[in-house]
Amino acid sequence: MKNFFMIFQEFLYDIAHNFLKPFSGLFKKNSVVEKILIGLEKVGKGAVYNCQMCGECILHSTGMVCSMNCPKTLRNGPCGGVRLNGNCEVKPEMKCVWVRAFENATQMPKYGSEMMWIQAPVDRTMKDSSAWVNIYQEVDPKKMSNWQTEEDNLRLQEMWRVE
Amino acid sequence: MRNTNFTETQFERVLKSGRFAITAELNPPDSADPEEVYRAALILAGVCDGINAVDASGANCHMSSLSICALLTKVGYEPVYQISCRDRNRIAIQGDILGAAALGVRNLLCITGDDVSAGDHPGAKAVFDFDSIQLLRTARKMRDESMYLSGRKITKSPDLFLGAAANPFAPPYDWRPQRLAKKVAAGAQFIQTQYCFDVDKFKEYMRQVRDLGLHDLVYILVGVGPLRSHRAAEFMRSKVPGVVIPDKIVERLKKTPKKEQQKEGKLICMEIIDEVKDIEGVSGIHIMAYRQEELVSEIVLESGFLPRPIKK
Repeated sequence: MKNFFMIFQEFLYDIAHNFLKPFSGLFKKNSVVEKILIGLEKVGKGAVYNCQMCGECILHSTGMVCSMNCPKTLRNGPCGGVRLNGNCEVKPEMKCVWVRAFENATQMPKYGSEMMWIQAPVDRTMKDSSAWVNIYQEVDPKKMSNWQTEEDNLRLQEMWRVE
Repeated sequence: MRNTNFTETQFERVLKSGRFAITAELNPPDSADPEEVYRAALILAGVCDGINAVDASGANCHMSSLSICALLTKVGYEPVYQISCRDRNRIAIQGDILGAAALGVRNLLCITGDDVSAGDHPGAKAVFDFDSIQLLRTARKMRDESMYLSGRKITKSPDLFLGAAANPFAPPYDWRPQRLAKKVAAGAQFIQTQYCFDVDKFKEYMRQVRDLGLHDLVYILVGVGPLRSHRAAEFMRSKVPGVVIPDKIVERLKKTPKKEQQKEGKLICMEIIDEVKDIEGVSGIHIMAYRQEELVSEIVLESGFLPRPIKK
């Protein structure tokens, strides 16, 4: 069941991506289109993923779990403080964001292995802007001062293991 | 790649020579007196290859790790400078790395850090501008590419031996070895683990690490330490984030008469060292003896790790 649910989310992500691509020419910073997209992202991703509007969405690379919900806002995996029951060090009543991310990612055949990517530091000026606009405008943080090449990430992806 | 003009640190030299390496944690003073640092360091310096200066561990306020490192390098000791992401943003951290290198600090341990809620100032603002992997990657960039994260040039790059932490004993267990792979890719050359009290779990972790071929790429030092009493064990496992102590160890301490518990704790520690030292891919141990520095020298001596290689 979970397997199906995760594959379905991957499918939705691909659809959104392909649907928006032809319109990406309209995706300009500070445009009306961005305002509309911000609204859609806030409401849509907000409701489903508790989106924090960091403006640099990596949801599909982190098991469709918003990593900005981690109290330490970690982007590359769990800290060493995860409790034995899998709950958060900081919020003992909450399941660790990264434990959820890993569980989900193992069920995601297409994007699961992107958990191995080394994510760049968050550009805080992107907060409350539209991630879709930022992606198509190529203000993508991964491109920031040659952070991590595609080959590096591919090599890491090969180490992804799902039992 | 790394500039060949750089010289190896003593700690790095021991690891590369294949000798079993030993590092120990220095308990940071709550004092402005340098003598307190030197008193603690004096005990450790002769029995280990690197002295870890912790960065407000457990989010409790102490003398800063950079200042401890500065005091240690001044007299020729070799510190391992711990930087956590909790208290400083990318601007402060990169500045500190340059400053540390200028002071002769060479070994850098990049960690996420315990949350402020664990310490004595739970109302403080937690920063976490970087995570540990981003911090590692940035330090590597400063060293190998002579530039800040922004791309701006550094005229003399810091000569660093880069390390990271690992906790094989916290969920999600199956991803921990792969997360180690990320740290190695980001630049980690050595790893110091969280306290190991569950050798079986650690063996399984190391098996997965070897499957990924990581043991050939990074030196792994296993975190160990003596438990002072069964109360200390209970406290640590309930209050210190990330420390896992199996029931059987707590029970064993509980059954021991109170006066003998410290001795028993030391014995348990030495038994664990004896078991982990022969695991393939283990390059050394990292001893964390909270307020029991005098025990570190006993443990190293009685485990047969003396004398340490001579410092060049």
